[in-house]
Amino acid sequence: MSLETVGKEGETTLSRKDFASDQNVRWCPGCGDYVILANMQKAFAKMGDKKENFVSISGIGCSSRITYYLDTYGIHSIHGRAIAVSTGLKLANPKLNVWTFTGDGDCMAIGGNHFIHACRRNIDLNIVIFNNKIYGMTKGQSSPTTPLGTKTKTAPEGTYENTFNIGEVAISSGATFFARVPDNNHALLENVMMEAYRHKGVSVIEVLQNCVIFTDGIHEIITGKDTRDDNQVLLEHGKPILFGGDKTYGIQADGMKLRKTEISDPDNLNGSTLVHDAAEADTAMHVALSRMQLPDHPVASGIIRNVESKSFDSSVHETIENVRKNRTYDTVTDVFKSGNTWDIN
Amino acid sequence: MSENSVVSERKKMVIRFSGDSGDGMQLTGDLFSQASGLAGNDLTTIPDYPAEIRAPQGTIGGVSSFQVQVGGTEIYTPGDKVDVLVVMNPAALAANLSFLKGGGTIIADADNFTSRNLKKAEFDENPLTDGSLDEFHVIRAPAATLTSEALKDLGLDRKAIARSKNMFALGIVLYLFSRSTDDIVQFLEKKFGSKPTLLQANTLALEAGFSFAESVELQDVPVYIPPAKLKKGTYRNVDGNKAIAWGFLAASEKSGRTLSICSYPITPASEILHELAARKDMGTIVFQAEDEIAAACAAIGASFAGNLSVTTTSGPGASLKSEAMGLAIISELPMVIVNVQRAGPSTGLPTKTEQSDLNQALYGRHGDAPIVVIAASSPNDCFDFAYKAAQLAMEHVTPVILLSDSYLASGTSPWRIPDMDELEEINIPRFEKPAEEWEPYMRTEEFMNRYWMSPGDKGFEHRIGGLEKKENTGNLTYEPENHEKMTKIREEKINRIARRLPDQKVIGARKGKLLVVGWGSTFGAINTAVTELLDEGEKEIGFTHFNYINPLPKNTAEVFSSFDEILVCELNNGQFINYLETKFPEFQYRSRKKIQGQPFFTSEIKAAIINHLS
Repeated sequence: MSLETVGKEGETTLSRKDFASDQNVRWCPGCGDYVILANMQKAFAKMGDKKENFVSISGIGCSSRITYYLDTYGIHSIHGRAIAVSTGLKLANPKLNVWTFTGDGDCMAIGGNHFIHACRRNIDLNIVIFNNKIYGMTKGQSSPTTPLGTKTKTAPEGTYENTFNIGEVAISSGATFFARVPDNNHALLENVMMEAYRHKGVSVIEVLQNCVIFTDGIHEIITGKDTRDDNQVLLEHGKPILFGGDKTYGIQADGMKLRKTEISDPDNLNGSTLVHDAAEADTAMHVALSRMQLPDHPVASGIIRNVESKSFDSSVHETIENVRKNRTYDTVTDVFKSGNTWDIN
Repeated sequence: MSENSVVSERKKMVIRFSGDSGDGMQLTGDLFSQASGLAGNDLTTIPDYPAEIRAPQGTIGGVSSFQVQVGGTEIYTPGDKVDVLVVMNPAALAANLSFLKGGGTIIADADNFTSRNLKKAEFDENPLTDGSLDEFHVIRAPAATLTSEALKDLGLDRKAIARSKNMFALGIVLYLFSRSTDDIVQFLEKKFGSKPTLLQANTLALEAGFSFAESVELQDVPVYIPPAKLKKGTYRNVDGNKAIAWGFLAASEKSGRTLSICSYPITPASEILHELAARKDMGTIVFQAEDEIAAACAAIGASFAGNLSVTTTSGPGASLKSEAMGLAIISELPMVIVNVQRAGPSTGLPTKTEQSDLNQALYGRHGDAPIVVIAASSPNDCFDFAYKAAQLAMEHVTPVILLSDSYLASGTSPWRIPDMDELEEINIPRFEKPAEEWEPYMRTEEFMNRYWMSPGDKGFEHRIGGLEKKENTGNLTYEPENHEKMTKIREEKINRIARRLPDQKVIGARKGKLLVVGWGSTFGAINTAVTELLDEGEKEIGFTHFNYINPLPKNTAEVFSSFDEILVCELNNGQFINYLETKFPEFQYRSRKKIQGQPFFTSEIKAAIINHLS
C-alpha cells in the first residue's frame, strides 16, 4: 500500500467545513438527510484521518446524493451496488476510511444480497442506511421497510408485504456492529459514527430518517419530543435497559422473550432488569433487542451490537502477506518458468 | 527405437487419447504434448471431457479424450482428423472412431474389451476381432495383463495397477513416434517425486508399453516429426485461461499496479480465477464475489482505488455485469471484463464453444456506451491480449472487454515465455502538475483520456459516478448540449485508440477475388485452410484476422477494398459480418457460419473458400 498509516483521532486540524463540497445540497427542505450530512462532516473532522484517505460510496436514491456533498473521494454508483463497489475498494486498499451510504430500498431490496454478504464477511465498511421506509426519489413506492398497511403508490390499498427489520437482518447475517439512531438525535448520531469508525469490521448504522414528502412523521411516535421517552429505549453498553420519563420501565427476559416491566425504584433495581451487553458474541439478545417494536415494547436506539471479530479485509491481506513470506517465486517470470519448460536455440 | 529401424518422416500428425474419465487420458495427452514440445515440435491440443462430473464408468457418456496435433511446421489447430487413436475401452472406440482417418492406427487396450464393457458401449460383437476395423491398423495391446505383470513386485492393489495402464499406452505411442521414454520419466519424477511407489509404477508401465511395441512386430513404421522452426527462447505449454491470468500478472508487474481480480465462478472462465487465487505470492487480491454484479462492481471499486482491476466471466455473467460496465464507461475508470464465451443464449451449451457474445460485447449496454473490444485467437496469444487489454484500460482510463472462448480456454499451445523487457511499457496517465490545476474530467490532448487519480492522492479528492457530468469539471449537469458533447467525447476517446493499434495484416494475395476474414479463436482453422490452399497454388485469396474489434484497425477498409468479395467465417449466426456491413457497407460480403458448439474444421473452411471461388 502506498499510504502512510492513518493518524490518531484528533491529530489533524480538519474541520467540518473541509468536508463540505462546493455543490449545492439538493434535498427537500426539512429532510432528515441534512442532519446525517452535517453530523457525518463533523465526525469526519474528528476522526483524525487524512482527508485523502476518506472515501464515500453510495448507491442510488435520495440517500445516495450525499456523496456529492462530502468533499472526499467518492463514487455515486449503481442502484443497490454501493456495498459491492466499497468491497472491491476496501480490499484494494484496506487503509482507506470507507463510508457506504444507502437507503432502505437501495440496501434492503435491490442491494439485499450484497448487504447480507458484507455482514457475513465482516468487511471493515461503515454502512449508513437512511431508513425513511419509502422510495423517495422515485416518488413514493413501498420499500422492504414500509410498515404493513401503509398506503403507497404501489399499494394504494395499504401494503400487504411483511417487512425487514434491518437490525435483525444485519445481526443474523453476521454484522459485528449495529446501531439505530433517530435523525433528530444529533449527539447520538455523531457518537455512533465515531464508534463505527473505531470498530474494525462491518458497521451498520440505521438512521430513522424522516421523508417530509412521502412518509412525513413516520418515526414521530418513536422520535417525537412528547412520545420518545416512552416509546424509545436508548441502549448503552454496561447500563441497565431502562426507559420512560423517570426511567420507570425496564426490559426483562421472560424465557426467550423480552418483556417490558414497570420499575418501582430505578435506583434499586433487582437483578431481573437486563443490563445491555453490546459486546456479547451470541446474537440472540441483540436480535431480540433489534426486533422490539410498539406497542408491546419500546424501539431500541443506540449501539445494539459492537463485537470484536477479525475483519475480512485484514484476513485477505494477512493471507497474502503469509503467502508472500513463504513464496517460492519472486517475479512473474519465475512463475512463468515453473513447471515443464524447454529451450529452443 | 532400435538403431536399424526404418523411420518415416512426417510433417505433422494428430493423435487422440481416449478412455474412461478415470483412465488418466488428460495427463497422458499432456505428458505427450510436453515431450513433443521438448522435441522441438509445434503443437496445439484440445481436451474433450464428458459434460457430467461423474458419468457412469465404461459408458460412451463417460469418455474423456485429449487430442493433439504435433508438427515440424507451425501448428495452429488440434487437427480435424486423427492419425493415431488410443482407446482404453470399447466406449472410447465407439465415441471416437468417426474422428480416425482411413488407414489410421488404433491402439486398443484389448484386455478391456470384455463382453460387459462391449455391452456398455453398445457393441454386439468385439470390433477388435470381428473384422469391422480392417481398414485401420489395429494394435491390440494386452495393457492390463502386461501392466500387472510389470508392476507385480510393487505390492499395489488392482485399482492402483489399473491406473498405470495409461502409461503403458503412452509407451506404445512413444515408440511409434520414435521418441525415447527419458523425457517422460523426467516429467514423472517431477510430478511423483514425493511418492516413490507411484513414480516406480508409472515408469515401469511406461517402459513395459515401449518394450511391447518394440518387440511385437508392429505393422506401423515408426514416424519421426522433425523440430519446427520456432523463435529462440524458453517455451512451455499453456492453455488460454492460464495465459489470460498470466497476461494480467505481467501487466500488474510492468505497471506497478496491484492486480485485483473480482469474479464469480462460471464455466468455462473459472480457471482464470483459480489460477490467480493461487498467485497471492505475486500480491494478487482475489475476491470471489456473491454474484456477477458484485464482482463487476467490486472491480470498479478496486479500479477507483488505483489497482489493475479485472472481472472474469462467461456470457450469462456478462449479461449481469452490463450495468456496471455502463458505470465504468460514464465514470471513465479502467477495468478489464473477460468473457470466455460459451454457446448461448441462457445456459445454452455451457461446456461448448461459440463466438456468439460479440453483439453483447459491442452493444449490450443501455445508452450510447462504446467500449473497447479485443479478441484473443490462440491459447498462447491469450497472454498477449490480456496484457494488451490491461494496458489499454489503464493508459486510456477506460473499460475493455477481452473475448476468449471455451475452445481457447481449454486448448493448449507452446508459449514462448517473454522477457519482461520485451513487453511494452504501461504508462499510466497521472496528473503531475499541482492539484489546483486539475479537474476530474480534463483530458489529454492526443487520446482524450482523463487522468487516473486515486484515494490517497493528496489534493485530488473528487466524486465520480453514473450521472452525466459537465465537460472537464465533472460536476453534475442536465444541460442538453453537454450530454451530446460528452456522448461524442466518449465515442471519440474509444475511436482514437485505433491510432495506436497495429495495422491489419494480410496473408496470401494482397488483392484478388476473395478475402477470407476471421476474428478471435477461429484463427487456427482459417489460417491452416488458407495456407494449404495457397500451397496448392491458389493465387486469388487473401486472409486477414481480427483481434481488435472495437475500434477496428485503421487500415481495415483499405484491406477490404482490394478484394472482390469478403468471406466472413465465424462461430455464430452472423454477428461480425453484420458489424462489418454496418461499418463498411460499400463491400461485398459472404458468410460462413457454424453454430454447433464446435470449432471450425480446417476442411470446412477450405470447402467454403473453394465453393465461393467457383
